[in-house]
Amino acid sequence: MAVIEAGRIRPSRDSWWNNPAVRGIAYQVILIVAILAFGGWIANNTVTNLRERGIASGFGFLGQRAGFDMTTLLPVTSDSTYGEMLVAGLVDTIVVSFFAIVLATILGLIVGIARLSSNWLVRTIATIYVEVLRNIPPLLVILFWYLAVIAAFPSIREAIQLGPDFSLSNRGIFMPRPVFGANFHYVLIAFVISLIVAWAVRRWAHARHMATGKTFHSGWLALGIVVVVTLAVYFMTGDPLTFEVPVKTRFNINGGWTVSPEFASLLFALGVYTASFIAEIVRSGILAVSHGQTEAARALGLKQGQLTRLVVLPQALRVIIPPLSSEYLNITKNSSLAVAIGYADLVSVGNNVLNPTGQSIEVVLIWMLFYLGISVVISFAMNVFNARIALTER
Amino acid sequence: MLKHQFLPIVAGAVLAVGALTATAFAGTLDDVKAKGFVQCGVNTGLPGFGNPDSTGKYTGFDVDYCRAVSAAIFGDPDKVKYTPLDGTERFPALQSGEVDMLVRNTTWTMSRDTTLGFTFAGVNYYDGVGFMVHKSLGVAHVDELKGATICVQGGTDTVTGLADYFKKKGLDYTPLVIDKLADVNAAYDSGRCDALTTDRSGLAANRLQMKNPDDHIILPEIISQEPLGPAVRNNDVQWFQIVKWVSNALLDAEYLGVTQANVDDMLKSDDSAIQRLLGVGDNDFGKSIGLDAKWAYNIVKSLGNYGEVYERNLGLSTPMQLARGINAQWNNGGIQYGIPIL
Repeated sequence: MAVIEAGRIRPSRDSWWNNPAVRGIAYQVILIVAILAFGGWIANNTVTNLRERGIASGFGFLGQRAGFDMTTLLPVTSDSTYGEMLVAGLVDTIVVSFFAIVLATILGLIVGIARLSSNWLVRTIATIYVEVLRNIPPLLVILFWYLAVIAAFPSIREAIQLGPDFSLSNRGIFMPRPVFGANFHYVLIAFVISLIVAWAVRRWAHARHMATGKTFHSGWLALGIVVVVTLAVYFMTGDPLTFEVPVKTRFNINGGWTVSPEFASLLFALGVYTASFIAEIVRSGILAVSHGQTEAARALGLKQGQLTRLVVLPQALRVIIPPLSSEYLNITKNSSLAVAIGYADLVSVGNNVLNPTGQSIEVVLIWMLFYLGISVVISFAMNVFNARIALTER
Repeated sequence: MLKHQFLPIVAGAVLAVGALTATAFAGTLDDVKAKGFVQCGVNTGLPGFGNPDSTGKYTGFDVDYCRAVSAAIFGDPDKVKYTPLDGTERFPALQSGEVDMLVRNTTWTMSRDTTLGFTFAGVNYYDGVGFMVHKSLGVAHVDELKGATICVQGGTDTVTGLADYFKKKGLDYTPLVIDKLADVNAAYDSGRCDALTTDRSGLAANRLQMKNPDDHIILPEIISQEPLGPAVRNNDVQWFQIVKWVSNALLDAEYLGVTQANVDDMLKSDDSAIQRLLGVGDNDFGKSIGLDAKWAYNIVKSLGNYGEVYERNLGLSTPMQLARGINAQWNNGGIQYGIPIL
């Protein structure tokens, strides 16, 4: 029975439980309560079961003495706490992921553009590279690099001497480590200031170019500013840099910097493997730019290199950046395969914390939190970059 | 309500009620009898202790303990399913219930007995941590390993013991901690590490898997105590008693001189200790742990006594060539001591 009101027909007021709005809200409330109840039941079950079996729970173990040594970038010992060990693992993961991201991006960019080359040989090599590496599981790539590196290089007692203090063996690359003297911070300040000045010079040159069309090759000048100023301050403060030289002992080469084979093989494996995916992303981005752009750029007389750098890539980046962030996240997560080769990353250290303490749930939660944290940071950075370079359509 | 709304609501209600009533507690023995086999956690590949042969069948000293429990419960030693576990997988597997018992050359320590929620059902092998080095290094003692790179399996108490010993002696070293046993051995064999450290029984096994076993020597020092034994969860007393008394039955049988060959004749023995062990006459010690009266007879008939299990898997006639040493019986110069079945 409709009630006609000022030309509008409204449905008759039925019982409140047939009102769709009420129904909608009711279903949502019931669902939320059910999910919360389920979550609460799971948590309660877990805590009760742990208590019944006498398994320790809580995060207090993070302050306990670790009691084991691992070879990490941060200097942790068996006297450090479990928490410090996990942070050392996190640092290892971040460092290897960062360099692998850089390597994968550069390599992927080159291979992706190579796949579109007009040169048959270059194109075929790039295609083979992509097709082979995309189809092998990352763990196998890592193991291959590790075993190949270990097998290819000589043992430490027959290490190759690349220079007076550089040696190469299957235990890693050994090089002198810079030791920063007392006045080194002046050099650093001078370096930063010279960078700012160089950047300002380049901006001025670019603005002048835009306004008057006169070119001013500021590249060499900027480089010169940085190098001269930094070196001048360095010598004025009396050479505050010394080097700690690696020394051969009975078993090993101690001191200096070591690039371990685990780090190197993980880095190259992740870089090379992910580069094959990034190459395809780059290729699809470039193909997404309409061919008319390339033709117009050629008509204007731009060379191939300028064409790619100034016309195609900026437009292709819109398409490339979003899947690229996924690949970066994949690199970070694939770095956990380091457990297979003994690189002390977050998962490897976590395993050695999990077993003596028995607190699997807490350690897994920490893993998830750290990986989530790294991934969120990478995603955020990529989103900001994406927003900045997005072309605003008119 | 419309018909198409009825079904999902009812289904949801049924699932919710079902989830709430799912966890009625059943003892491990009842579960094992219901499913018809024992789920046993063993090593991924340690010759002599837990190792799959070329057909995938598991054999070894620890494996025989699983088979003994199966023989005691079912009368048949082969009602076992094996879960191969790494150093870092073994404890979560036992904690979560993925395996019923863990016999994987695991050291009995206080934290494993308490904060991990386990309890150890005896010591089946008294051992200690040692070192294996490349013969070409010319090292004769552990203390010479100052500055060396040492490979060790992750998730074990060997990592901790190594750190403790080298700290005590004030020696620096570079640890290389790898999770999978096969990868640890490969890294040591390739020369990435100068030394490999694990329980001495494990060193004997690992040496056999090297490309050239004669290029490696095991150093004489033992740097820590490693009593290896089977572990179970600590929330089921009856299951713990079963595993504990199966271990003791093996030791008691050797002490009393009952072997796989003579066990049938021993059924007619006048020795009351043997009669109690084998469940002859009125004796039914199996009942107190939920097993058959002939539980120990079944064990010895299928596998032999402790000495026979040892000799078959680790003895001087096997490639492992581990002498009984301190794992001999207490009245024979060792410290293995079976608790009386009385």
